[in-house]
Amino acid sequence: MTTDHPPAFCEPSPTSGSAHRRADRAAALVASVLGKGVRWGTRLLGGSGSTLPGLVVERLVPRAVPGLLAQLPRGVVLVTGTNGKTTTTMLLTALLRDQGLRVATNPTGSNFVRGVASALVDQADLTGRLRADVAVLELDEAHAARFVALVRPRCVVLLNVVRDQLDRFAETDGVADLLAGVARRATEAVVLNVDDPHLRPLAGSLPEQRVTTFGAAPSWRSSLPVDPTCATATGPSLPSLPALPALPTPAAPSVLPARPAPTSRPTVAVERCAPDGRVTFAVPGGLVEARWRLAGAHNALNAAAALAATHAVLGSAPDPRTLAATLAAARPAFGRGERFVVDGEPVEIVLVKNPCGFQAALGAHGGPGGATLVAVNDAYADSKDTSWLWDVDFSGLRDQAVHVSGSRADDVALRLAYDDVPVSCAVNDVPDAVRAFVDRNRHVPKRVFCTYTAMLEVRSALGATRRVEAAQPAAVHPVDGARLVEGVGR
Amino acid sequence: MSRTVRVAWLYPTDMSTYGDAGNVRAVVRRFAELGLSVVVDRCDPGTELRDDVDLLVGGGGQDSGQGKVHEDLLGRGPLLTELALDGVPMLMVCGLFQLFGHRTVTAAGEDLPGIGLLDVHTRAEPGRLVGTVRARSDRFGLLVGYENHSGRTVLGPAATPLARVEHGGGNNGHDGTEGAVVHHVVGTYLHGPVLPLNPALTDALVRQAVRRRYGNVPDRPDGPPAPGAPDPAVPGVSPWVERARAAALVRR
Repeated sequence: MTTDHPPAFCEPSPTSGSAHRRADRAAALVASVLGKGVRWGTRLLGGSGSTLPGLVVERLVPRAVPGLLAQLPRGVVLVTGTNGKTTTTMLLTALLRDQGLRVATNPTGSNFVRGVASALVDQADLTGRLRADVAVLELDEAHAARFVALVRPRCVVLLNVVRDQLDRFAETDGVADLLAGVARRATEAVVLNVDDPHLRPLAGSLPEQRVTTFGAAPSWRSSLPVDPTCATATGPSLPSLPALPALPTPAAPSVLPARPAPTSRPTVAVERCAPDGRVTFAVPGGLVEARWRLAGAHNALNAAAALAATHAVLGSAPDPRTLAATLAAARPAFGRGERFVVDGEPVEIVLVKNPCGFQAALGAHGGPGGATLVAVNDAYADSKDTSWLWDVDFSGLRDQAVHVSGSRADDVALRLAYDDVPVSCAVNDVPDAVRAFVDRNRHVPKRVFCTYTAMLEVRSALGATRRVEAAQPAAVHPVDGARLVEGVGR
Repeated sequence: MSRTVRVAWLYPTDMSTYGDAGNVRAVVRRFAELGLSVVVDRCDPGTELRDDVDLLVGGGGQDSGQGKVHEDLLGRGPLLTELALDGVPMLMVCGLFQLFGHRTVTAAGEDLPGIGLLDVHTRAEPGRLVGTVRARSDRFGLLVGYENHSGRTVLGPAATPLARVEHGGGNNGHDGTEGAVVHHVVGTYLHGPVLPLNPALTDALVRQAVRRRYGNVPDRPDGPPAPGAPDPAVPGVSPWVERARAAALVRR
């Protein structure tokens, strides 16, 4: 069921005085004190402190997370799906804050339950109280299912289901089922992507939840650049084999033929996403038009999700101009196209973890010329199976200086060789590779595409060994003690 | 006059979940290195499978993908069997390996008859076999890849194992076999994808296709490069194959 004007989220949830609730409050208090102690200890010892406190808290005080979240008058918004979780969470948090709400969130992309616990402990005060109206939390698909067993969110935002880390999630059909279960745990609202063939059917099958939808406007659908592996209902697989002119041109679509058109217009629609950064969204209150710093069509869809969720949370249509101002001020999230200044030159860092995301990132950040470092590790958080690299078309990198790194650098090099992309430097050690990459590619645009653990190494290496300049002090991200800067602007 | 071969890619839309498109890239490149022009036909359900095909490649998919192609595949069973008896090389990975057998029972309990070209039976069991596989083959040496399957496959007497597992689960996690071979048809659970990482297997499939069509296999291309041949200015794939294999060989 779809309604354009959900009256949700205006009423604070009733507070309970039960012993049950008091136990949760006590757990939250103990967890806050313990977690902060662990975090300070970790930092003193030189660690980043991103998930260790949460791990400790999650083990010691299983009720800490529900206890902390039960205090929030407007409850929890849970953001999940394969791609775009961190960016959508960041945008939604900014949108709600600019509408006057106090928002607790987990902003580092640490999206397991313990990452959430860690972030909440950090934001709670020493009396175990979260000074926030609402929490916006991203969780990966498996942890979202675990999380909703602990805490029922008021709103669930489902972004997309595409082929991801198959060694962890097996098959996209299974993930779609998992997310349907997560959606059914929402107490009030579900926000979902009607352009995603796995999620669209949910719009008509949630009896208890109000559904708000987002997607592409009909006028924009035809220009939405889509990696074919994202387009079919079963997920993957129309690699276009571009390096092989002897092949007949396959039915590799540049548009969206595999997606049946949604039956109705989404609540929030992407109307335009121009290369110069101008984006336009149709929202219930009118048009949101902005010029922003986030690149790529995929981020326009993330913003549509955040706008739809804003609408669902507020239960009313905010002034489109204030929404536009938030988008205009937004900067890329942690490792999602962030720009760092290293020795006076910008370096973009883009997280990649599955074929769709990598193809979208190459389209948004690849550009002709310049230098590219592809760093692929195969730790659990990266995907131990590197087969997915073979569903990405790398031919766009042929005219670039390409370096490879990470524990699976040689797999990347082999894959690139099949697309006739010469590899000028292959170094397994990521910090060494980053140094060589920056040193050998002066005065050209530089991008680093990296899997999750490789991204942490890249950031650490840039911060640890390079003079990093603050181009826009407002956007300083503290990382591992170093001060890295993003937001150089377009 | 350039020689031409025709490759059929079975069910690229529904059965290519794990990077198996790389297997198509591998055979196309190997043909090109030997001086042959290649035409690739994408065979989705309802499209033509030509009887003059020289090599077939098929991959794995989800249960829903298997369901979509199943009936179409059964219809093509007689032609595929005829081609196999005639010496056409085929590589079938994971889901299509299963459907090339007698039958496969899915995790949902659905009993799918296969085309029976390979003497194997498959039944899904709880707990997926996931991870790096190393398996020793007399013909192809040490094969490396990555498996991810819930189906347990058991070989009948008419099927020969492709390889013996040294690390990983293989066909069923119990009997030490990996894959199955009959005529020049190879079934395997190895993704990775398998052919770019195992050039000996690629070469054997490609040479069989050329030998069958043209009677001999050139050691190197004669005449001008075929369309689609690797760019001579690029070092090519071979320097990276051993390094990528070495990385896979030390993975647990």
